[in-house]
Amino acid sequence: MARHDSVTALVDRLELPFNALGVDRYGISKKHLVVFFTALGFLYRWYFRVAAHGVEHVPPRGRCMLVGNHSGGVATDGAMVLASMLFEMEPPRLAQGMAEKFLNQLPLSSLWTSRTGQFTGLPENAIRLLEDDRMLMVFPEGARGTAKLYNERYSLVDFGTGFMRLAMKTRTPIVPFGFLGGGAAIPTVKNLYGLGKLVGVPYVPVTPYLLPLPLPVPLEVHYSPPMLFEGTGDEEDQVIQAHVAQVKDRISRLIEDGRAARHQRRNGGAA
Amino acid sequence: MKVLVMGISGGIARLVAIGLRERGHEVFGIDRRPWPGAPRGVDVYGVDLRKRAAEDIFRRRRPDVVIHLATVNALTAHGEERSRINLGGTRAVFEHALSHGVEHVVFVGRHTYYGAAADSPLYHTEDEPPQALGAFPELADLVAADLYAANTLWRNPKLVTTVLRLCYTLGPSRMGTLATFVKPKRVPMVLGYDPLFQFLWEADAAEAVILAAEKRPRGIFNVASCNPLPLATIVRQLGRTPLPLPEPLLLALLGRAGFPRLPRGAVEHIKYPILVDAGAFRAATGFQHRVDEVETLRKYRSLFAAGELP
Repeated sequence: MARHDSVTALVDRLELPFNALGVDRYGISKKHLVVFFTALGFLYRWYFRVAAHGVEHVPPRGRCMLVGNHSGGVATDGAMVLASMLFEMEPPRLAQGMAEKFLNQLPLSSLWTSRTGQFTGLPENAIRLLEDDRMLMVFPEGARGTAKLYNERYSLVDFGTGFMRLAMKTRTPIVPFGFLGGGAAIPTVKNLYGLGKLVGVPYVPVTPYLLPLPLPVPLEVHYSPPMLFEGTGDEEDQVIQAHVAQVKDRISRLIEDGRAARHQRRNGGAA
Repeated sequence: MKVLVMGISGGIARLVAIGLRERGHEVFGIDRRPWPGAPRGVDVYGVDLRKRAAEDIFRRRRPDVVIHLATVNALTAHGEERSRINLGGTRAVFEHALSHGVEHVVFVGRHTYYGAAADSPLYHTEDEPPQALGAFPELADLVAADLYAANTLWRNPKLVTTVLRLCYTLGPSRMGTLATFVKPKRVPMVLGYDPLFQFLWEADAAEAVILAAEKRPRGIFNVASCNPLPLATIVRQLGRTPLPLPEPLLLALLGRAGFPRLPRGAVEHIKYPILVDAGAFRAATGFQHRVDEVETLRKYRSLFAAGELP
């Protein structure tokens, strides 16, 4: 279970070079992090009662890339991974998501993603942060991953390969994670792409109760030991795709093992 | 060395001239604006850079180094006049430099060259092209001047050319884009956006230009401090109040009811950051700012308190 230290104390203990006004060189602001993680903390501890397994596999310092599956029609998965890194890690760490471009175009979302380090997913941004020994959070399924419908919630769509080239180029260990429960929290039955275009987002998910508001379903995230792929990042597509397949297999296994363990728990320990 | 400073009456240019003089260099300058109280030994020629009289100064005084600080932004000059100053002036500087034996030209451009856009990388490096010019056509002549200066690197390799892309500055001159923008008590912002701004204390900016003149690095270099700050933080630290308005309302109010007369494209610059990676310049010259971003704001605010600002 998550530690119950105050969010302010945890943010204070982040090993990031904040200046006297509590802002780092990327514009990440302690004041905004406290507000952001206070809201996420409520969701993490009380609403979704997130269980994080294998946090000990995440390096406590240095560059690293958390790579996982999308689960749920809005960014609940990413938000809870960020929360798990702050609330469960010792010392607490700030994971920095590689966000969809539209998030920086919309008012308020632009401000809050900028102040909490959730930058647009550009290779230039990723390389700079990794070379600065930050921790990135990447969902290689992209927006296609969040568009998964309820009955597809445990499947994985195609992974992009950009993250692997960047990891190899910057010699960054990849920590695969499997996220469970998001599909049940936001049971998407249809995605409205036309409406999404109108409001400046890729799509608007529709649930049986219409609004894409998450239900208080218990969520789980399972971290696995890091994987390091040697190379320059300039290798042939087949080489990169084979490495990506290894990460995808690992994530797939984490999801399956997580589901099996959950099934076992629900059935009172029976196989 | 003999140094000719173009635009010598400007805020940073004066500090550059004084700094060079203190280090024993011979300094003279060209500016249509006067510099009352210019230090003894610093000649200021009140001629137009694009006129014959300016070339005569090159011919007569034979400078070794020319520092070109005579460009203007969209807030201080408009339309054709701005283009004549920026592009016409820059062309004249390089042509005269090549004709009259100048060894080194330092072109002091602006970091706004890179443009502000939602999908830009957070930090820009020198090899990136300008972006989002379509949204802010008033920047085109400054960008063209920068590119013209930069292509001298291959057109005339014998002339050492240093192109600096300098971030915003704050200081006692009270001049510059950021200083102008944060002047009112209530500073307009776009609701829901709070871009990062990089800025240097004026004396540090002048030191960077002096180092460029002395070390003569060839190439294009970003010049900035280490840490940027969000605009709302800058405004509050300066004792001003941010006034966040929805973008359509702000656009409608520009130039009216006491709101600044900004070009529409400039609104992108108060939505998205333009940050530059200044590592190459530090490596080439050893430049290190003396006043950090927090201290810069404290010092600038103390100017307000001392009644030094109108």
